[in-house]
Amino acid sequence: MPLLEVEDLKVHFHTEDGIVKAVDGVSYTVESGQALGIVGESGSGKSVSSLTVMGLTRFFTSARISGSVRFNGKDLLTASDEEMRRIRGNEISMIFQDPLSSLHPFYRIGKQLVEAIQSHRDVSKAQALDRSVEMLGLVGIPEPRKRVDSYPHEFSGGMRQRVMIAMALANDPKLLIADEPTTALDVTVQAQILDLIQRLQSELDTAIVMITHDLGVVAEVTDEIAVMYAGEIVEKAPKDTIFASPEHPYTWGLLRSIPRLDLPRGEELVPISGRPPSLITLPGGCYFHPRCPYVRERHREVHPDLDAVPGDSDHSVRCLLASDTRKRLWRELQDGKDPAEARATAGLDAEEVAS
Amino acid sequence: MSDGPLIEVRDLVKHFPIRKGIVFQKQVGAVQAVDGVSFDIVEGETLGLVGESGCGKSTTARLITRLLEPTSGSIVYNGVDIAQANRRTLLPLRREMQMVFQDPYSSLNPRKTVGTIIGEPFEIHGIERDKDKRRRLVQNLMEQVGLNPEHYNRLPHEFSGGQRQRIGVARAIALKPKLIVADEPVSALDVSIQAQILNLLRDLQRELGLTIVFIAHDLSVVRHMCDRIAVMYLGKIVEMAQADQLYDHPRHPYSGALLSAVPVPDPRLAREKHRQVLVGDVPSPTNPPNACRFHTRCPKFVAGHCDVDEPALETKPGGNVAACHYPLTDEEIAARVPTAAA
Amino acid sequence: MLTYIVRRLLWMLVVLLLISFLTFLMFSKLPSADPVSLRAGRNATPELRASIRHTFGLDKPFFEQYRIYLAKLVPFDAHSGFKPPDFGYSYQNNVSVKAQILDRLPATAGLALGGMVVWLLIGIPVGIISAIRRGRIEDRVAMGGALVAISAPVYWLGLVALYLFSKDIGVIQIFDGAGSYPNTGSLFNSPFTVAPTLFLPWLVLAASFAAIYARFLRGNLLEVMAEDYVRTARAKGLPERTVIFRHGVRSAITPIVTILGLDLGILLGGAILTESVFNIPGIGRLAFDSIQKSDLPTIQGTVIMGAFFIIALNLVVDVVYAFLDPRVRY
Repeated sequence: MPLLEVEDLKVHFHTEDGIVKAVDGVSYTVESGQALGIVGESGSGKSVSSLTVMGLTRFFTSARISGSVRFNGKDLLTASDEEMRRIRGNEISMIFQDPLSSLHPFYRIGKQLVEAIQSHRDVSKAQALDRSVEMLGLVGIPEPRKRVDSYPHEFSGGMRQRVMIAMALANDPKLLIADEPTTALDVTVQAQILDLIQRLQSELDTAIVMITHDLGVVAEVTDEIAVMYAGEIVEKAPKDTIFASPEHPYTWGLLRSIPRLDLPRGEELVPISGRPPSLITLPGGCYFHPRCPYVRERHREVHPDLDAVPGDSDHSVRCLLASDTRKRLWRELQDGKDPAEARATAGLDAEEVAS
Repeated sequence: MSDGPLIEVRDLVKHFPIRKGIVFQKQVGAVQAVDGVSFDIVEGETLGLVGESGCGKSTTARLITRLLEPTSGSIVYNGVDIAQANRRTLLPLRREMQMVFQDPYSSLNPRKTVGTIIGEPFEIHGIERDKDKRRRLVQNLMEQVGLNPEHYNRLPHEFSGGQRQRIGVARAIALKPKLIVADEPVSALDVSIQAQILNLLRDLQRELGLTIVFIAHDLSVVRHMCDRIAVMYLGKIVEMAQADQLYDHPRHPYSGALLSAVPVPDPRLAREKHRQVLVGDVPSPTNPPNACRFHTRCPKFVAGHCDVDEPALETKPGGNVAACHYPLTDEEIAARVPTAAA
Repeated sequence: MLTYIVRRLLWMLVVLLLISFLTFLMFSKLPSADPVSLRAGRNATPELRASIRHTFGLDKPFFEQYRIYLAKLVPFDAHSGFKPPDFGYSYQNNVSVKAQILDRLPATAGLALGGMVVWLLIGIPVGIISAIRRGRIEDRVAMGGALVAISAPVYWLGLVALYLFSKDIGVIQIFDGAGSYPNTGSLFNSPFTVAPTLFLPWLVLAASFAAIYARFLRGNLLEVMAEDYVRTARAKGLPERTVIFRHGVRSAITPIVTILGLDLGILLGGAILTESVFNIPGIGRLAFDSIQKSDLPTIQGTVIMGAFFIIALNLVVDVVYAFLDPRVRY
């Protein structure tokens, strides 16, 4: 049984301006000890879907949540508030992007760690403090017994994130959700934190969901990757497949629009034209079609499902183009053609689209 | 057009004083943000300044454009030392040097229309007083940066982050400056929008013959945009090289660590190479380490030498100029920097 | 921290000096209030007036008068070391200003401190509940009531309260009415006799303050509950009550300390309106009466007293803040 099974999760916010479809039918699984990467930009729904797994979107009165989120078989969406509280910080933990604003500025970190432990374990304050010191040492904070009395602002950014990780792992959760944990950090500190997360994952056998916009980060830390756009998953595959043979135009766009150290310097960046759509008035048909260089008439009307690629059940893509066509387009792009040329070469305007 | 560099910076220093005292505040220390930096900016090139937080790159940018006054040192622009120049001397020069800032959400006045914002440079320097002609100039600029000129009367909050950054660029190029200093112009933008703005800057550079100083912490972006790059650490330049030289064979251990730390979107590379992870945090700029400032974290530290003798910027194998007694060898680079062409 | 406090104390002296000079200047130049005429009466001979003027030292040059005034005010003397400050002499009441002030201070203090306790007891819970139940009926009623309480002038509120609840003339006679505050004794030496006379004044004084604090706390708490560290607290699996109080309220209430100090400082200088309506012999009444009678020395004394309280409490509040917020370092 998978550790976490999300099925057709929808999170809509009913606001004055309209219904914001932040998450619109997302499904994925995470096995024990595995690492899933969720890649997307702002407005993709990546954070909201994880906050919902944690039960943190229930607090918003305008939220309407449907679908199922099964953790060890138990549906979290129908669980009571108290049941969810017992799971949060205990069996499923989350760390966030900005460690300075994510720690309470008025309390020493020892107290914040002890609080996290005592909410879920019946231990004395001294025992909880010992565990806190142990965790701080585990995440690489020097002189943990002394530093446990420090305030968050007395740490550097990297150290603070380590404190957050220590706090999140103090109760041995089975799943750790990391929402852009390194985005606010310097690049050398980022490397330290990613290293730490990987090490802890293998030592403690914790499953990880890593949410980020940085394809470099997921290339290092994850086993499987789901790419999200406008509240949906548009492509999902094992890590190597996503980088070697991606089959969604958005994924191609992401891979080709970022400057990369592993490609020659002169390579032109190919941006994705346009902007992410409004989540209130989503485009008809395929949500990506207004920005897609390979769009065809039908894509404006028919909304694609997330289907498996023929011959590879681990790889699913949400696109109306035929898999062969997509593979062809990717080859053209790899050869250095730009999207317009690739489109012409693949004969898109003449060919019939397989449904 | 002169033969020499557009700007010559020599021994530039900026210390922010820390004061203490009951009645009369004395200076007890200083944040040594920039501590003796020298470099040239050649006309038409794109010079990159990279480093992590606290290295002094943003302060250097503001010193060059004289948004800050240096504590000491010289900044020679077109033969004139502007380091201590007064407002009157600087005013005409401001037409030639402009800045593009990082945060598109806070660098535009929310109460002014886009047309007013872009038109302000004309107003300040007394150019084109005729309102209609100025409007047309502004609308041309909007088209040039990819904005719809019909949105002339809209307010900043009606635009997306990427569009706001375009507005900032339009304002910067309004008076056809010679030099643009871009301080992290794409860091606050989504990945798919970053490429649009970077391409825009490159196109404008070609069209207008701009010289660009590009400041960023994202090494992949800097490599893509810049011809020459200076790596800064704790207020000093530790390495300066042509882009290919720096990324193929970084000589300073800090540059090597920076490059090896950048996560690359290629799982095979990630698996194959052993990454150089630095220990510890960046020391405080109020109390920087002796001699070589990087010695407290350097994997090649040699006691008695690195903490006693400050290394000078000298040419190293391959053409890079670096301040290091024990620069990285080709083998070390191949082992630790996954992306360098070994 | 110590250097900070010392620096602030020095500034306090500078400000008090400035205020003493400005008030002295203002009041000595005011035409209406020649103390000699007021003292001498209508049918005074020029000799009598000159003699009075000389006795009170009012024939000396301006700066000389100020210097004498300052020398008396400063609680330090070159010869005798520390000495009690002398605020001057009320020509009309024939008593030292200091005596008047000290006599009235307990009443004002009792009113202010008691009122403060009441408004905190009402305002803080209301603010918290309004924030937690934002948009719902509790919130709307509370904020509506707060609006009324803030808008209503204190004296109107006082008069209405007396009309409704005062024992002598009220519709529902439960509280002691105006003028019931005893001439001798204060809240501090005979609390049980004096306290009941202050119930209505406390409620009236507290009304608008409670409303302001409730609104303020509500706004702060709503902002704080949207902060990242509250999200972390929930993500840790803390009970909601702990999240709201230990993480939310704890942060939201810190700025309240600052305004509390300021409000208290201002009130200790005399809550003129409340004291007038309820006939409480406090510093506010003293100031009011002195202004009407143009009793300059007393006015000056109350002004300086008021300034002292505001500045001193300002300093206390800033220092306390440093203990509440560990990020603040002096």
